Amino acid sequence: MMPSATPASLSARPDFLAIAKWIRSEAKVLDLGCGDGSLLRHLNEARGVTGYGMEIDDANVLACVGNGVNVLQYDLESGLSGFENGSFDYVILSQTLQAIRHTERIVNEMLRVGREGIVTFPNFGYWRPRLQVLTGNMPVSKALPYEWYDTPNIHLFTIDDFEQFCAKHGIRILERNVMVDGRPVRWMPNLRGSLAVYRFDRAARAA
Amino acid sequence: MPPEGSVGVVTAQQARFEDPVALQSGARLYGYELAFETYGSLNAARSNAVLVCHALNASHHVAGFYADNPADVGWWDNLIGPGKPVDTDRFFVIGVNNIGGCHGSTGPASINSSTGQPWGADFPLVTVEDWVEVQARLATYLGIERFAAVMGGSLGAMQAMQWAISQPRRVAHAVVIAAAPKLSAQNIAFNEVARQAITTDPDFYGGNYYSRGVVPKRGLRIARMIGHITYLSDDAMAEKFGRGLREGGFKFNFDVEFQIESYLRYQADKFAEHFDANTYLRITKALDYFDPAAARGGDLSAALEPASAKFLVVSFTSDWRFSPARSREIVKALLDNRLRVSYAEIDAPHGHDAFLMDDARYHNLIRAYFRNIAREVSVQ
Repeated sequence: MMPSATPASLSARPDFLAIAKWIRSEAKVLDLGCGDGSLLRHLNEARGVTGYGMEIDDANVLACVGNGVNVLQYDLESGLSGFENGSFDYVILSQTLQAIRHTERIVNEMLRVGREGIVTFPNFGYWRPRLQVLTGNMPVSKALPYEWYDTPNIHLFTIDDFEQFCAKHGIRILERNVMVDGRPVRWMPNLRGSLAVYRFDRAARAA
Repeated sequence: MPPEGSVGVVTAQQARFEDPVALQSGARLYGYELAFETYGSLNAARSNAVLVCHALNASHHVAGFYADNPADVGWWDNLIGPGKPVDTDRFFVIGVNNIGGCHGSTGPASINSSTGQPWGADFPLVTVEDWVEVQARLATYLGIERFAAVMGGSLGAMQAMQWAISQPRRVAHAVVIAAAPKLSAQNIAFNEVARQAITTDPDFYGGNYYSRGVVPKRGLRIARMIGHITYLSDDAMAEKFGRGLREGGFKFNFDVEFQIESYLRYQADKFAEHFDANTYLRITKALDYFDPAAARGGDLSAALEPASAKFLVVSFTSDWRFSPARSREIVKALLDNRLRVSYAEIDAPHGHDAFLMDDARYHNLIRAYFRNIAREVSVQ
């Protein structure tokens, strides 16, 4: 890929690169917890994708406006009630699901306002956090950089957990990309992958 | 030398319009004048013009100061000027006094040419839609086909919204700050108390007080006090005045005792010196009437269908007059129309008046947004 097509802030986020590959040109996207808007900006410049970011942090909202990204300073937890059903092709939630209180509600809302959902999350089943728990401490790592007492991550979960959650909630997984240090992991992903990226939709209801 | 970032000495201009304007009330205004000011210069492509719409108490004097009165600084001078968030080195900024006003545009105190007397009570009621129609004529007069941005706070923001609805091809960006899509019953109630204060003042004479050489100052003072209370937050008042007394203890009479009383009376006196009561009545009515959704069965999303502008919507957490929830109603309607919109909720303590304050988070946001507009218009 040409360096110009990958802004610095984007190349530091392998999950963004994975997401960018999945999203169709000209798609309508809602990015929940969009940070400084670099994913949306990249998608817009590279693919003509339009949409909105949602972000609560003042500095990030300012950065989004500077990036020319449509940003809404809304709290994710108060829901996506501002959006009609099926407003978007994709609703993205990157590195945030583990910090959301009402997990079921946000995933259901994602699939109400969007046709497909994309989530990325740190895999708690990765061998490093497992080892840290085994040795008696809550894991602290690059992917999970917080101490147990100051972490925003209130719902840590594994790749297996997420897939069980999807099965239980009528969610169909369309694509999965598990990585470690930006490289794909295909064999034993729940143990060897540190970052998971999923694309999913609502499974057709049985007649 | 003007202070850094100031546009410096400014001069108000007058433009006369002979084409009658059909007002929403059904009345017609045959010829009128508009007072306006401009800052910066219009580029060759005429693409860098920004219209600033004023709210209840303000005027066309948006930035800079007058040579004969340097203390008379424009009401949004902290936001607009060279190097400021709305940078007059890049943009051609226009402030205009609305019709019905009392700062130089045709209003109730102007002479009605058909009688040779001040209009007084006969001056028609005007609406936000009327103002936008007249502002659009000024734009044409100034050779501006399309504004890079139309912006305002409070009632000014309602005009920016109305621009996007009724002149969609003439506005690229609408900057809507501390707004509401319509007044609540509580908002109207406050306005009605203000109007009652004025109309029951013995010096009001049904609006025809000019020829009697009096001004309904008592009513205006109370109207201003009521309004002012709604512009500030409880916290801001507590912070600034608390229960502080002017003197050590209670005097057990009805003189000024608390600091807040002193402040309100000072603001009221200042306001009643220069503001016209008939104008105040009309502007509060324009606020009450504003409801673009009404014509579409209360559906704001439908009302915004004609709009094509990009929007920046800003609210302030401590604004209880037009709370953030009111701005989110506007955002919702813009989203329903798939319009480009950014929305920021500024955590500021000042209440509704926050839109006039020099707050870093707020001003940085406006600066970033206008930098992008500048990029857009320079490539056109």
